[in-house]
Amino acid sequence: MIAESGHYALVLALGLALIQSIVPLIGARLRDAALMNVARSAALAQLLFVGASFIALVMLHVNSDFSVANVYENSHSMKPLIYKITGVWGNHEGSMLLWVSILASFGGMVAAFGNNLPLSLRAHVLAVQAWIASAFYLFILVTSNPFLRIANPPIEGRDLNPVLQDIGLAVHPPMLYLGYVGFSISFSFAIAALMEGRIDAAWARWVRPWTLVAWIFLTLGIAMGSYWAYYELGWGGWWFWDPVENASLMPWLAGTALLHSALVMEKRNALKVWTILLSILTFSLSLLGTFLVRSGVITSVHAFATDPTRGVFILLILCLFIGGSLSLFAGRATSLKQGGLFAPISREGALVLNNLLLSVACAVVLFGTLYPLAMEALDFKMSVGAPFYNLTFVPLFALLLLAVPLGPMLAWKRGDLLGVTQRLLAAGVAALVVIAIVWAWTRGGSALAPLAIGLGVFVIGGAMTDLSERTGLFRLPFATTLHRARGLPRSAWGAAFAHAGLGIALIGIVCETTWNSEYIATMKQNDVAHVAGYDLKLDGLSQRQGPNFREMIAEFNVSRDGEKISVMTPSKRNFTTRGSSTTEAALLTRGASQLYVSLGDATADGAIAVRIYHKPLVLLIWWGPVLMAFGGMLSLSDRRLRVGAPKPARAKQRLQPAE
Amino acid sequence: MTRKQRRMTIIGGSLAVLALAAALVLNALRDSIVFFSTPTMVAEKHVEPGKRFRLGGLVQPGSLQRGDNLAVTFEVADGGAKLPVAYKGILPDLFREGQGVVAEGALDANGVFKADTVLAKHDETYMPKEVADALKKQGHWKDDYGAKASDSVKPAATTAQGNPQGAVR
Repeated sequence: MIAESGHYALVLALGLALIQSIVPLIGARLRDAALMNVARSAALAQLLFVGASFIALVMLHVNSDFSVANVYENSHSMKPLIYKITGVWGNHEGSMLLWVSILASFGGMVAAFGNNLPLSLRAHVLAVQAWIASAFYLFILVTSNPFLRIANPPIEGRDLNPVLQDIGLAVHPPMLYLGYVGFSISFSFAIAALMEGRIDAAWARWVRPWTLVAWIFLTLGIAMGSYWAYYELGWGGWWFWDPVENASLMPWLAGTALLHSALVMEKRNALKVWTILLSILTFSLSLLGTFLVRSGVITSVHAFATDPTRGVFILLILCLFIGGSLSLFAGRATSLKQGGLFAPISREGALVLNNLLLSVACAVVLFGTLYPLAMEALDFKMSVGAPFYNLTFVPLFALLLLAVPLGPMLAWKRGDLLGVTQRLLAAGVAALVVIAIVWAWTRGGSALAPLAIGLGVFVIGGAMTDLSERTGLFRLPFATTLHRARGLPRSAWGAAFAHAGLGIALIGIVCETTWNSEYIATMKQNDVAHVAGYDLKLDGLSQRQGPNFREMIAEFNVSRDGEKISVMTPSKRNFTTRGSSTTEAALLTRGASQLYVSLGDATADGAIAVRIYHKPLVLLIWWGPVLMAFGGMLSLSDRRLRVGAPKPARAKQRLQPAE
Repeated sequence: MTRKQRRMTIIGGSLAVLALAAALVLNALRDSIVFFSTPTMVAEKHVEPGKRFRLGGLVQPGSLQRGDNLAVTFEVADGGAKLPVAYKGILPDLFREGQGVVAEGALDANGVFKADTVLAKHDETYMPKEVADALKKQGHWKDDYGAKASDSVKPAATTAQGNPQGAVR
């Protein structure tokens, strides 16, 4: 019954979405408020039904109802409860259901909190949301129904892929989807603006918080995914330039650009057309990501050709939405009025540069992701990996980082580059000193690493300089500074934290890639490995039975200079149902650095292959994004006071954009 | 500055950045693309020693030999030809004789493929896609490889184990 109810709820949600796609638009044409208001109730009801459908699937998984194909293929009665729940989205059908549920939640939030939006704008936005939703409901119902029954129910399920039986699955996909799908809101706003032929600063004030919410989730989602890969896959890599990762990085790059261009539009009423285009492109890249991951095209172009229903369906959605929105853009963009003027050297100019570099970097990633697919279709097989991106993406991003400290300090309209450079002198000097110190410390090493670390320091220093300039630190009495700091808009703090986060992540990346030490060997009991000043002694191996696996645990005593620090217990798990094994690495955190131990195969004479890494400052790689997300939240809490206020006079109106 | 001049500055700047990116991409395409070959393709085309490529095929049963300190040698075959491979390190969880494998590295002067990366995926039924395609083309495809790896929402979960290009370090 639960499965059928879930299926039925999903069909009803599709029906509601279809109503929501059409009726509000007719209402807007006829200027009929009642018809336009249908959008609101339809969006909320749609959320209710998708939610019910999603909960139904969760219940089926929790109850281990193996008469449902999706549960049979991805669950096991012995699996711990948490993985029964997270396993819901650890497979194609369930993750698509999560996708539409999140889409409906965003629509529901616009409906619930959009009371101060112009009625026709809200009607348009929700209608566009419903178009997207209808397409994906159809996709799920036609090609990937999670509620399909099996005629002869088996007694036991086939278990979830062991790699996915990890807490990372509970956090990473929902976060990532909140980011991906969150950009649908700015997309819908952009389409609505084009359809209405009207766009102003109030529009940007509405779009920015939604973009920011999506961006925060996407930032955290990507960082979380990277950390998950780092500890789960057992060899300490944290970014692979894999097409699936690129699929999440591209919307992030475009979304970051959108965040900045919406700022120009909100503050200066300029870059309107570009902001609209970026909104469309960002969500298009999210759709492209969904297509790449969900169609099987990454596994092989030929796999896509042999089982084309899903892939072709998503490709159709992709073409329809990207093609349709871009044609609409081409037709209507010229009707949007030009905004404020600015000199090339100004805050606006800096933000244009930011947008330029981000979108070009995004284009490079897009090229690197699609080029091998195109070549494979022509029967050339090749791989585009880290070396390609190191030669293309990295220089572009370095250029961007070099400009990051300058941007926020330039004045709007017309800036004084010389003055800003002088004020950044302290940050520049700090960077040079750090370069010199690192250079001296690591004599004979790569010249790039100290320079890159210096760049990171410059970015962090620039963020601090910006704050101290605004608060008058060291120039004014301390009490005045404190007062000013309190009065500073939270978005200024947010920007500074986010920019500093970039610098911190950069330092982490450089340190980890340059000074990572590795020790791979077979070890026997009482063997000692020396890695980066640490001594790891293998105390012994033991076996343990887990709920749905057996594991072999190795115990390492870690000491430094004869002083005992800790015990590390990496393990290797064998999952009987799937007959596959996973490597559970052991991590020991020392400050921001980590020791990393993972196991290979045991040999016949009782020895075991071991990989030990020392990863200096590796945690900075993820602290950086966390700081960026924190900056985003600060900025969001500032925006909340002004969201959607059509006139500055109504600025006090409290409204919560999205939580 | 007039409006026109300002616009030209921005357009000029954009073109400069685009040109820079295009130059970077073209330069990278020349050096950093790694092609895929099977032993037959290596035998037919003369591949220079030192030129990096990806070698795919089946691990020849009975060819795996473990040396001291994690050194291993094995042969990769595709039905038409065989190529000896030398590797030092921990083989992936699913490395087995008779199963598909992708190794990345270069030939040395003696015609031995020195691999610095050996890739295999986590799923039991998984067959590296290049290998599957190549084997299909040469008629050595067995249907039981066909059941493909299950879906996963986690990007890196389907990523090969092992260091893809060596440059990440």
